[in-house]
Amino acid sequence: MKILLMLSVVPDTTSKINFTDNDTRFDSTGIQWVINPHDEFSLTRAMQLKEKHGGELHVVHVGPSINEPVIRKTLAIGADKAFRIDTVPADSYYTAVQLAEFLKAKHYDLILSGRESIDYNGGMVPGLVAAMTGIKFVNAVIGLEIEGDQATVAREIEGGKETLQTSLPVILAGQKGLVKEEELRIPNMRGIMMARRKPLEVLQPAEAPVKTQYLKFEKPPQKSAVKLVDKDHLDELIDLLHNEAKVI
Amino acid sequence: MAILIYAEQTNGKINKTAKELASYAAELSRKTGMPAYAVSFGAEDPETLFQYGISKVLNITNDAFKTFSARAYSEAIAQAAEETGARILLVGESADAKYLTPFIAAQWQAAYVTGVISEPLTTEPFVVKRKAFSNKAIAHVQLNGNKKILGIAKNSYGLKENPSDGTVKSFEPQVDSTLFDEFKVLSVEKATGKVSLSDAEIIVSGGRGLKGPENWGMIEELAEILGAATACSKPVADMGWRSHTEHVGQTGKQVAPNLYIAIGISGAIQHLAGVNSSKNILVINIDPEAPFFKAADYGVVGDAFEVVPRLIEKLKAFKAEH
Repeated sequence: MKILLMLSVVPDTTSKINFTDNDTRFDSTGIQWVINPHDEFSLTRAMQLKEKHGGELHVVHVGPSINEPVIRKTLAIGADKAFRIDTVPADSYYTAVQLAEFLKAKHYDLILSGRESIDYNGGMVPGLVAAMTGIKFVNAVIGLEIEGDQATVAREIEGGKETLQTSLPVILAGQKGLVKEEELRIPNMRGIMMARRKPLEVLQPAEAPVKTQYLKFEKPPQKSAVKLVDKDHLDELIDLLHNEAKVI
Repeated sequence: MAILIYAEQTNGKINKTAKELASYAAELSRKTGMPAYAVSFGAEDPETLFQYGISKVLNITNDAFKTFSARAYSEAIAQAAEETGARILLVGESADAKYLTPFIAAQWQAAYVTGVISEPLTTEPFVVKRKAFSNKAIAHVQLNGNKKILGIAKNSYGLKENPSDGTVKSFEPQVDSTLFDEFKVLSVEKATGKVSLSDAEIIVSGGRGLKGPENWGMIEELAEILGAATACSKPVADMGWRSHTEHVGQTGKQVAPNLYIAIGISGAIQHLAGVNSSKNILVINIDPEAPFFKAADYGVVGDAFEVVPRLIEKLKAFKAEH
């Protein structure tokens, strides 16, 4: 089985988010770049399926060379080969075109990604890639089993889950729940050594339109100071929730 | 040219998200002069939307659409857009809306943005504010091209009544039936009788401070009195005290209720990223230094095991009177 992970590289979840150039650009000073947390669930499931069924796991990333150490990390965890499409992902549409063009030239049985990146949170790239390539797609995937050429896929729905069956190939956007937190893979020393010799091919980007432009950024408005209520005067709290916040 | 909303339903009825989209569409209609229409998949009460400024609803009642298919639904909505001459499509943030909208965006080659939290700042060029960096920032984004799709963040605009005369039109999209056969539905599991996290006006959330899953009785009781959904922090889900479907935070669910009650949750930056769009936050924590108090509107410093039962008693008395 040939599996592909579409990888997104994002600032670490604990990062302080700041902006530069008159608040028009993300300030990457001191930022630790990591595998997008939603992608980690898909990467781990891909490794488990590769180990169970045999085959190869490839990784594709749209981004500049500065992201290569994070791509290498996926190789250290166990991916066999990586591709980097050498461009700055200007927006979701532009990025999806790059990935769709890549997929048109290759064949994979199973294509995984995370449900969204934790930086721009668009949540649309996997679906756009599916629409552009005509490959079947399931979003918000929390369970995946493969049997022959059939995939059993659980997706999150409002207030529950739906389990679907389909034939491969399929594009799946994974999230928390796809594997258990304690199963998430991290690189070991042997993997890191081996990753150095694994192929990382750099590809040129395709022509693609950019549909949206980020003009500027701001920080969310600061909350005014918390109103503390004494634990022995909870009537006061109920009064505030009822008369001031008007939520009960 | 027109504005179209994808009006979703809960248990057959037009839901709050749909009404919020209608409210937003009515405002956009005033700004652009384009009429505001809706498409619904067989809602029982489509005329509800007239109250919020929608003047025409295309209601799709084909039996085929009783089964959800992202591709078939997206095709039907695109045809409704074609029928009404829509140039701007508004969608919510439900699992289904997020699943199907990219298909329309690709077909339209549209500028599509999600997490929108403001009316357009300008319409020429078309600029809106959206959430970015997991609620740690707000971005001003310009949408280029003549077709636009806005995913409106839940509870960001609110409901604004704006009664208008309207018509409901039965609509039959021509969709290739094989689109429904891409996937075979094996099972659907839904928690019944419980308020879902995404629909909830109030969420009661518990953290490690509750010491163990056996102590969730009071969380559930408090939620029941308030008609609230229950949630939890990441460590609680990771330790298996609660299902991961309850985990709210950066890598879990992002929620925006009118009131978020955090009990025994310290307020790590990743947790705050998932909840700081809530209209009001109440924090109950034994540690006065808990970072969550800095992000809260209301706080009680005290032992949850003492404060919550008392709060339950007080609320019971309050509810009996109101």
